[in-house]
Amino acid sequence: MKLQRSSRLALYSVLELASRPDEQLSASDIAAKFDVSLNHLAKVLRDLGRARMVEAVRGAGGGYRFCGNVRRTTLKDVVEVFEPITLHDAGGFEPGDKTEFGASLAVVLGEIDDIALATLDSITLETMLKLTNRVQKQTALKSGLKSG
Amino acid sequence: MAKISEYNAESGITVRSARDGDLPRIIGLDGLISGITKPEYWEESFRRFGGTQSGRHFLVAEKDGYIAGFIVGEIRAWEFGSPPGGWVFSLTVDPDTRLGGVATIMFDTICRCFKQAGVDKVHTMIDRDNITVMSFFRSQGMMAGSSIPLEMDLSDLEEIA
Repeated sequence: MKLQRSSRLALYSVLELASRPDEQLSASDIAAKFDVSLNHLAKVLRDLGRARMVEAVRGAGGGYRFCGNVRRTTLKDVVEVFEPITLHDAGGFEPGDKTEFGASLAVVLGEIDDIALATLDSITLETMLKLTNRVQKQTALKSGLKSG
Repeated sequence: MAKISEYNAESGITVRSARDGDLPRIIGLDGLISGITKPEYWEESFRRFGGTQSGRHFLVAEKDGYIAGFIVGEIRAWEFGSPPGGWVFSLTVDPDTRLGGVATIMFDTICRCFKQAGVDKVHTMIDRDNITVMSFFRSQGMMAGSSIPLEMDLSDLEEIA
């Protein structure tokens, strides 16, 4: 499964902000970390703001912060702001869809969609932050073993 | 295998091995969550997992003398070709006590039991529509395993043959 660039950037942004709940981060800080254009990020943050996931804090030391619930907000919630997750039939009929093979292919693609949807819907931002810590520790352990 | 009884001072929850007298509450709690009351199933589960047989655990979480949830699991060897590992078959928490850490404490207890028995992996299987319970297991660090459950309607058998 490949997410659109805006969805990935949105996930990175909310995770970055949710991992630092006591801080406000500027759009340029986030853009620099993920190596994306400030323009693109600004659009993503605006959409996340409309979805009430992030809010802008004005004034000195201002910036963006996550304003949702990390234990409730799922990856699906974030991705759905930017793209439909049920992909195989999202774009209307394709040539061959109405044939016998098209019908059986739709069953298989539907199975894949259902699994993808359940996965994204069952992983909260809090779970992602825990996973991030685990992956970082494993990476550090591996690099320590290599250098040791 | 010794019966388990562990008190968690922070939450005031005791996780202990289930007793005969817990069955009505277990049956009622499952009925409340699943919408289907199945006393025979739970009596049989208690008979199989509630004893002292090594690797089998039927645990309840008790707070203020009230059963807030239960968890059932056992160590199985070469289940679906997997090396010996712990399997959690059932995890139920009273909806009134959700978000109070009951499931986490029960899951942690059964995982430690599995680990002490020498296995290094815990498995479970969950309906993909059961997002609440799947979210819980994922929050504990569980990820999709390498097995994929497959099924079919037996009424399809004639068509396939």
